[in-house]
Amino acid sequence: MSSTPEKPGDKSAQRKGRAKPVWAEGLRRMYDEVVEEQLPDDFVALLKKLDENGDRQ
Amino acid sequence: MKTVTASKIPKNYDFRAELTSVLSHLRAFARGLCGRPDYADDLVQETMLKAWAARDSFQPGTSMRSWTFVILRNVYLSEARRNRFRGDYDPDVAEKLLSQPAGQEDGIHMGDLRSAMMRLSPERREALLLVGAGGFSYEEAADIAQCAVGTMKSRVARARRSLEEMLGNEGDKGVRAKSRAVSHTEMLADLDKVASL
Repeated sequence: MSSTPEKPGDKSAQRKGRAKPVWAEGLRRMYDEVVEEQLPDDFVALLKKLDENGDRQ
Repeated sequence: MKTVTASKIPKNYDFRAELTSVLSHLRAFARGLCGRPDYADDLVQETMLKAWAARDSFQPGTSMRSWTFVILRNVYLSEARRNRFRGDYDPDVAEKLLSQPAGQEDGIHMGDLRSAMMRLSPERREALLLVGAGGFSYEEAADIAQCAVGTMKSRVARARRSLEEMLGNEGDKGVRAKSRAVSHTEMLADLDKVASL
C-alpha cells in the first residue's frame, strides 16, 4: 500500500478519509467567528500611523 | 554581480493592504493561542509593528498569512518567556470571556471546546489551530511552527486524541470539571520547551 503525498493547500485531502469529529466543526467555527469580527479601531489607527511614517521606521 | 540593496518589494506593491487582509486571521490565531481577547489583540499589534519594520524581507507572491503567523508566534513565545502573562491566565475567567451564549455546536458546548483547547500543550494547541482551524496544510503549518512535517502531523494527531478524550465521543460536558484543574505552571513549562526549540 502506498502512502499518498499531501499537497500544500489541499485541505479537502486532509478532511477526506476520516470521519469528522463533532468538535472539528466547532474549532473551525471558533476561528471563523473571530475572523468575521470587525477590526478594532486601534488596528486601523495603527496601520494609518505606520503608513504615514512610511520609510522612517 | 550586482549587490541588491533596495527593497525586493515593487514600488506599486501595497504592503499595507496585504497586511490588512490578514489581520483578522492573526486575531483568530492569537486568540486561540493565548485564550484571551485583550492579550491576543496586543500580540497582533506587536506583530503588525514587527511585520512593518521587516516589510522589506517579505516576498510578494508568497503567503502574507504564513509570514505574519511566524512573526506572531515568535512574539507570543517571547512574551510568554518573559512571563508577561504568567499568573494572569485563569481558565474560569477565560471560559467566561470566550463563551458564546448560543454556542452550541452538534452537542458540544463552545465553552467546553475552548477550555479543552486551553488544556492542550501549547505546541498541540498551535498545531490544531493551524491545521484544524486555520486550514493550513501540514507543510505550511510545519513551516510556521518551525518543525518537521512529521512532527506537525504527530502534534495534530495527539491534539485530536487529547481533545476527544477531554470532550468525550459525544461531546459530553465532563470537560467542565476537568478544565478548572488546569495547571498553568504546567502550561508555561510546555511553552518554555517550545520556545527553546
